[in-house]
Amino acid sequence: MLDGAGTDARRRDRFAVLARCDFTELEQRFRTLDLDPDVTFLRPVETGLVMLRGRAGGTGAAFNIGEATVTRASVRLGDGRIGHSVALGRDRKRATLAAVVDALASDADEEIRVEEAIIAPLRRALSEADRHEVERVAATKVDFFTMVRGEDE
Amino acid sequence: MYVAVKGGETAIDNAHRLLAEKRRGDRRLPALTLGQIAEQLALSVARVMAEGALYDTQLAALAVKQARGDLIEAIFLLRAYRTTLPRLYDSVPVDTGAMLIERRISACFKDLPGGQLLGPTFDYTHRLLDPNLVGEEEQTTDLQTGPVGDAVVRVSDLLANDDLIEGEEPVTNGHGVEPEPGDMTREPLSYPLTREQRLQALARGDEGFLLALGYSTQRGYGRNHPFAGEIRIGAVEVEIDLPELGHAVPIGRVQLTECQMVNQFRGSSEMPPQFTRGYGLVFGQSERKAMSMALVDRALRAREFEEDIIAPAQDEEFVVSHCDNVQATGFVEHLKLPHYVDFQSELQLIRTLRKEWADGAGTDDDEDTGFSQEAAE
Repeated sequence: MLDGAGTDARRRDRFAVLARCDFTELEQRFRTLDLDPDVTFLRPVETGLVMLRGRAGGTGAAFNIGEATVTRASVRLGDGRIGHSVALGRDRKRATLAAVVDALASDADEEIRVEEAIIAPLRRALSEADRHEVERVAATKVDFFTMVRGEDE
Repeated sequence: MYVAVKGGETAIDNAHRLLAEKRRGDRRLPALTLGQIAEQLALSVARVMAEGALYDTQLAALAVKQARGDLIEAIFLLRAYRTTLPRLYDSVPVDTGAMLIERRISACFKDLPGGQLLGPTFDYTHRLLDPNLVGEEEQTTDLQTGPVGDAVVRVSDLLANDDLIEGEEPVTNGHGVEPEPGDMTREPLSYPLTREQRLQALARGDEGFLLALGYSTQRGYGRNHPFAGEIRIGAVEVEIDLPELGHAVPIGRVQLTECQMVNQFRGSSEMPPQFTRGYGLVFGQSERKAMSMALVDRALRAREFEEDIIAPAQDEEFVVSHCDNVQATGFVEHLKLPHYVDFQSELQLIRTLRKEWADGAGTDDDEDTGFSQEAAE
């Protein structure tokens, strides 16, 4: 059983993974569950804008940097489970499938299956890509030596 | 003033066909794909997103392609596109301290937690044209990897810990609630502005204009003694508060460039001297723009620090009302529209003036000053 207290944290993590994953990979993972849920849309899949905010000096007053495209979907499964997805970009197919996955995971038992079959492998791929990037950047780490005038003389 | 004209539909239609043909160029060459533009002209795409004030690499790539590489035209296209979409959310302010770092340098400290990470930089290249990039590329770059170091702490946070630099805390009202920051896409700006409003305007402002203004402060027009405390580029997680769930959720990442300029001091009888800050935050990898923005942000804080406002970069209304290249290009380029009636009246006036001049030629009661004044009106 997954611990109930961490439900919000796990959902946050699911959102993070589903928002960044590749649609084709998500679909492949979803197929392994061999499910064909009955899906109705709570509202039409919608693409719009999110205003991105930063903080002056990184920690100060909030300000608007500019907008980004965002796509959201909300679905209800045949058995009444509800799921949502919101992700940057305009990928409506991914938004729909992500909302279905979110709905499936709202059932405690199914959540484990969803985690193991879909979320965990996608998360691994994403963090592998992050680690690869961080290592490549780490190779550009430089140590500057301050030259003292007259040192060579 | 210009007046409406009618007709010309066929000519306009043909001009647009010609434009499409010129855009495509020599058809013996393959057409550019959006993926190629987004990947291989990534910094053009970043600039279009930043100044178009819309983060979407595919749309920005499309805009670059459609505009034949004219970046201001591409920015205009992106601005126009955004007006067709509804605003669904405002994000939680991004945490640049938690950035997945692609590049991070400081000109203030040689050794600092997380180190100096050069990342994919043009710095230290010799700026020699590279014949290897002519034609098809053959070899792939042999990329090295390095051991992952410590957390990359913001330089400004290090300085703030010792109170050496002015603090930057969220602004809250009496109930500890942060007010909504002003949004120039929703309400028109009225001067004077808050720093938050200025930062939004600068973040979408023209890189060239801000670069020139930033440069002017260095050359003495509103000097503020800057050090590049830190420049960092990387991906940050965007979160929104989702009402359906009652908590914040991550919705993906965006690439940002942040510049923290550390500037000379302020202090008073109540407060010991502290460094002051200039801040730049820009979509994509846009180091020059982020640095320029930080210089101009600091210059525009002159009123706050009771400095003399003597230079263009310190004049908020001058800077903010001229930094938008879509507005600027609109007004400059509107001069192309028919001004036939206006010009007819000018022609009449100049003919009258010339006649008066010819009639009065040789006489002593010449009224030069009268002429020039009238003509200027």
